[in-house]
Amino acid sequence: MAAITAEGLVKVYGSGEKQVRALDGVDLEVPEGTVLGLLGPNGAGKTTAVRVLTTLLTPDAGRATVLGIDVVKHPHKVREQIGLSGQYAAVDENLTGRENLVMVGRLYHLGKAVARRRAGELLEQFSLTDAAERPAKTYSGGMRRRLDLAAALVVRPPVMFLDEPTTGLDPRTRIAMWDVIADLVKGGATLLLTTQYLEEADRLADSIAVVDHGKVIARGTADELKTQVGGERIQVVIHERDRLADAAALLERISGAPPQVDERTRELLAPVDGGAKFLVEAIRELDAASIGIDDIALRRPTLDDVFLSLTGRAAEEQPQDESEGGRA
Amino acid sequence: MSGSAPTLRAKSMPGLPGAFYDGWVVTLRNLRRMTRIPEMVVFATIQPIMFVLLFAYVFGGAIPVSGGSGGVNAYREYLLPGVFTQTLAFTTGTTAVGLADDLHKGLVDRFRSLPMARSAVLLGRTVADWIQNIFVLFIMAVCGLLVGWRIHDGAAKAIGAFALLMLFAYAMSWIGAVIGLSVRTPETANTAGFIWLFPVTFLSNAFVPTSSLPSWLQPVAEWNPISSTVLALRQLFGNPTGYKDGLPDVFPMQHPVLTSFAWSVLILAVFVPIAVRKYRSVST
Repeated sequence: MAAITAEGLVKVYGSGEKQVRALDGVDLEVPEGTVLGLLGPNGAGKTTAVRVLTTLLTPDAGRATVLGIDVVKHPHKVREQIGLSGQYAAVDENLTGRENLVMVGRLYHLGKAVARRRAGELLEQFSLTDAAERPAKTYSGGMRRRLDLAAALVVRPPVMFLDEPTTGLDPRTRIAMWDVIADLVKGGATLLLTTQYLEEADRLADSIAVVDHGKVIARGTADELKTQVGGERIQVVIHERDRLADAAALLERISGAPPQVDERTRELLAPVDGGAKFLVEAIRELDAASIGIDDIALRRPTLDDVFLSLTGRAAEEQPQDESEGGRA
Repeated sequence: MSGSAPTLRAKSMPGLPGAFYDGWVVTLRNLRRMTRIPEMVVFATIQPIMFVLLFAYVFGGAIPVSGGSGGVNAYREYLLPGVFTQTLAFTTGTTAVGLADDLHKGLVDRFRSLPMARSAVLLGRTVADWIQNIFVLFIMAVCGLLVGWRIHDGAAKAIGAFALLMLFAYAMSWIGAVIGLSVRTPETANTAGFIWLFPVTFLSNAFVPTSSLPSWLQPVAEWNPISSTVLALRQLFGNPTGYKDGLPDVFPMQHPVLTSFAWSVLILAVFVPIAVRKYRSVST
C-alpha cells in the first residue's frame, strides 16, 4: 500500500497577473517504508506540497492521502499519524529542549509521565542530553534542527515529512544530520523529504521526484536521474587554445564519449563513469602530451545539472512568495 | 530506534475536554516563556507602576475633579480606574505580538500539524495574557493604594469591579489575536496592535470627564467601551466620577456596569469567531 499519495494537487496563490500556481497538478506515490526525495529549487512548490500533505494547507484541486486517510476530509486523523519537521526549526526558543519535547508529547495526548519519559529518550538519541535544561535559544543551528526533528518523532509516527532538513547547515552538521535521518528510516518509517541538493536526495532517498514550477518533471532513482544527467564529469581548462582538439581526442579515448568543448573559456567537459581513476589518467595523459592544464576537477552532477538536462535551463532562484510560507 | 513502546500512540482528545486540556498545555508554555524573558517580567512590572506614578504626580493636582468623595486625593482617586483600564486595554498589543511571533517562527505550523484542538493556540495565548494581567492589575492596585487611591464601597463591589475589568481585558485580547493573525510579523504587530489604542483610550473619560471634550466628540467618548468600563469602576469603587452635575444623560453613562459587560460580550462574540476562522486558514 502507498503510505502517501497525491493526485493532481493544485494550489494557486493570488489572482490575475500576479497569480502563482504553486502546485500545478502534482502526482506522488510513496510506498510504505520507503523514502521519497522531492528535489527542486526554491519556490518550486516543494514546501507547498508538504503543507498540503500535512494538513496545513487546503489544496484548490486534487486529492491526497496519508495511510489511506484523506488529508482534506479527515485532517485530524492524519495528524495522529504524521511527524513534521520544517526548514525553520519550529521550536520554542524560550523553553528548554526537554520542555519543548514534553509539550509536544502532551499535545499528542501521551499523558504527562509518558511524555516525560519519551522526551528523555529522544534527548539521548539526538545527543542533546547535556543541553536538555538550557533554553533552545542557546542552541547552535544543528542542535535546533535536531531538537525540531526530535519533536517530529515524539510518537514515532509511521509517516514523516522533513522539509529541507539541512538547508542552512554547515557541511559537517549536514553530514551528521544525514546519519540521524538514515537511522530513522531503518526503523521502517515512510519518509517524504524535500531538498535542494541532489547529493542529499541521492544519499537518503529510495526514489526522487524532481519538481519545477509546481509540476513533477522527472522521477526515478538517484542512479536513473544521474544517468539521465550524465553522471560524473571531468572538467578541464587547458592553457593553449590551439591544443583543444588534441585534448578533446585524448579525453574521448579515456571516457569513451566526445567531450563538450568551449572554445572561449578553453574548457572541456567529459562524462566519465568511474570517477577518480579517470581523473588520474586524464592528468597523466594530458601531461604526457605536453598539454598545459590551468584547472582540472571531477564534477558530480548537481541540481543545476539535473535541471539543465531536464529543462535546458539552470535551476533559477525564484522570488520567495507565499507558496514558501511567507516567512522568508 | 530504542525500545518501541506500544503506549506511544497519538490520541485525539475530542470535544471540550480536549480543547481545555490542549489550551491549558499551551497556556503553561506561554506563562513559562514569560518568566524566561527577564525583560518581559521587568517591563510587565515597571510599566503599570510607571503609569500610576506618572499620572498621579504629573496630572495629579492639575485637574480639579468633582463628583463623589473629594479631598486632596480626588484626582488620583478619579484617575486610577482610568489607568487600570488603559493599561489592561493595551493587552491587545501583547496578544497580537505574541501570536505574530509564534506564526513568524513556525511554531504555529508545528501546533497545526499536531492532533490537538484548533482553538488551543488562541485559548492558550489569551488565557496566559489574562493571567499576566491579573498580576499587572494587582501591582497597579497596590501602587494606587500607596499614592492615595481608595476603595470606598466594600469588598463585594470592588471584586465586581475587578471582575468586570478582567472580562474587558480578556475581550480586548481577542481583538489582539485577530490583529496578530492578520499581520504576521511581530514588528508589524507591535505597531498595529498598540497604535490605535492611544486615540481609543484618550477619547474617553479615562483621564478627563467627557463633558470637557468638544461637544461633537462627546457622544464618541460616551459610547466608547473604555468610558463605560472606567465609569463602572469609579462607581463600584466609590471613586469620584468627574461629573459635577450628575452623569450625562446617555445610556452608557447612566448604566456603565451593564454597558461595559455588554461591550465585552459583544467584542468576544465578534472577534472570537473571526480569530478562530483566521487561525484555521492562516497559512493559506
